[in-house]
Amino acid sequence: MDTFWLGVIGTSAIAYALKFSGHSVPEKFLSHPLIKRINLLIPIALLSALVAVQSVTTKSAIVLDHRLAGLGAAFVALIFKAPFPVVVLSAAVSSAAVYNLL
Amino acid sequence: MSRVASPTFRDSLSVSFTVGAYGVAFGAAAVANGFSVLQSCLLSLLTFSGASQFAVIGVIGAGGGALSGIATASLLGIRNGLYGVLMAPILKVRGLKRVIAAQITIDESTGVSLSQEARGESAMREGFWLTGFGVFIFWNLFTLAGALGAEAMGDPSAWGLDAAVPAAFLGLVWPRLKNSTDKSLALTAAAFAIATTPFLPAGLPIIGTAVIAVIAGLRITK
Repeated sequence: MDTFWLGVIGTSAIAYALKFSGHSVPEKFLSHPLIKRINLLIPIALLSALVAVQSVTTKSAIVLDHRLAGLGAAFVALIFKAPFPVVVLSAAVSSAAVYNLL
Repeated sequence: MSRVASPTFRDSLSVSFTVGAYGVAFGAAAVANGFSVLQSCLLSLLTFSGASQFAVIGVIGAGGGALSGIATASLLGIRNGLYGVLMAPILKVRGLKRVIAAQITIDESTGVSLSQEARGESAMREGFWLTGFGVFIFWNLFTLAGALGAEAMGDPSAWGLDAAVPAAFLGLVWPRLKNSTDKSLALTAAAFAIATTPFLPAGLPIIGTAVIAVIAGLRITK
């Protein structure tokens, strides 16, 4: 089985297991304040790392290219409280413009 | 039975459609990262958790192994488990209903449900089911549209799809940055991931930041 199929099946199986286990464990098991706090922080770290890696790296090299224009546009859109689809679209349009025109 | 125009119904439907529409971005990004249309749609049907889905396509698309992709996606999926802990005492379901409730336990169904607290427990249940099913339907339809659209486009860079993925992650993390701890964690994680990318196998620079998050969580206690 190739990497892509493994990713699809593995991610889906674990995602469901996590969802179901929440419905099945006693509440006190996961309601410790430390667990709750770390649970809020982990997505922040992972998502920020994903922003960085997807914007300025290609394979294992740091590459600064048209994607930065897209990221900049996304930042501006978010500062102006644009809804999510506008954020993504403005990034795509800006990045494509730089890619195609420069 | 509640009336069709109940406030809970309106809240659920507006959230379902708006969030479901992001599925276009996911479908397009998945195809741009080398996933087939079928694989993209299966991720939306079976994983059904936006951040985890973007993570697995991002990591694998960047050349990370399946394990790195699955691990990153799964760490992002832990929160759905905690939502289940919150929802179980409100839903009070067993058997097949619980199996279905688990699949639609996500940010939005939990969020809408909890926001209905003032309207009573039955409104909370209604909000959960309506939003869960609503997002599920729209998210999957829009994923298919995005995947087919991206397949027809060709070079992902020419259409800005390679920038759409980091922008999507930025849009997902932005509302979570509520205080200075959150913001410094975000910057530290981003810096760590960039700095270690040339040295670590793909995927590890991302998963490694989960450790930074745990350290940050432990430090706040003191």
